[in-house]
Amino acid sequence: MNNGIHHYCRISNGQVILDDKVLFTNEEKNFDGFIKSVYKHFEIDYPKFYKMDPLCKLSIVIASILLDNSEGAIEDDMALLLSNKSSCIDVDLKHQSTIEDKDDYYPSPANFVYTLPNIALGEISIKYKLRSENSFFIFEDFNPEFMVDYANSLIHLNKASSVLCAWVEVNKDNYNAFVYKVSPNGKTEHSKEHLKTLIE
Amino acid sequence: MGELKTELKNKIITSLNLEDISVEDINDNDNLFGEGLGLDSIDALELIVMLDKDYGIKLTDPKEGKKIFESIETMAKFIEENRTK
Repeated sequence: MNNGIHHYCRISNGQVILDDKVLFTNEEKNFDGFIKSVYKHFEIDYPKFYKMDPLCKLSIVIASILLDNSEGAIEDDMALLLSNKSSCIDVDLKHQSTIEDKDDYYPSPANFVYTLPNIALGEISIKYKLRSENSFFIFEDFNPEFMVDYANSLIHLNKASSVLCAWVEVNKDNYNAFVYKVSPNGKTEHSKEHLKTLIE
Repeated sequence: MGELKTELKNKIITSLNLEDISVEDINDNDNLFGEGLGLDSIDALELIVMLDKDYGIKLTDPKEGKKIFESIETMAKFIEENRTK
């Protein structure tokens, strides 16, 4: 059985695009200011957002926009397959700055808990009550070949009935995120060639 | 001690990223955890670090935190009595 893409969402260059339709624009250059404006515009209402590191903020916002605008229930075995280039570098550097001086050594627990990229998987799983397979991969660039094969494999091996796939890259004020959901019911072609056209 | 209480409220709002909450919204005797400000266990660890960093107080027994961090009132009283900076 072939799998297909249901919907896709993109956040980049000050825009939020859902299935080719621009839903929100903000020219704010500062990432934190921009993502907060997106969070408020889409009324995501998840107060823990304000405590998250940049990677989790981007991940929870783009996943929420896609899932909250999709028809039908969210399967509790929906797998999560996330990827990016910079891991969670912003919070890593923030944490490092609090521990590099032996005479001023005060690591922040609130920062430290976000110093792993797969925390983003946990945040999405908690918000949507998912008990499913999840993985976070680091690549130089979005890797459509790998994403297609991995998502198909999860579904064909009955590890998941659907897969939320994403590229969630943020490094200081540079951000680029793309998320899409794959399942046997998806209507749009799920191939590396098509994914390349969607993210370009 | 009023000045210290205001200072603590500002520090809590800033360091714990409490959005849409101002100093005026926090009463001296409000519970900081649970149904009050809704702080969580990570916030408790942040407060322990804050006591050490800003007031030179090291909590040797984490259980002490439960009473100390009950409210702004209890925190300010404890800091006044134990601060080394």
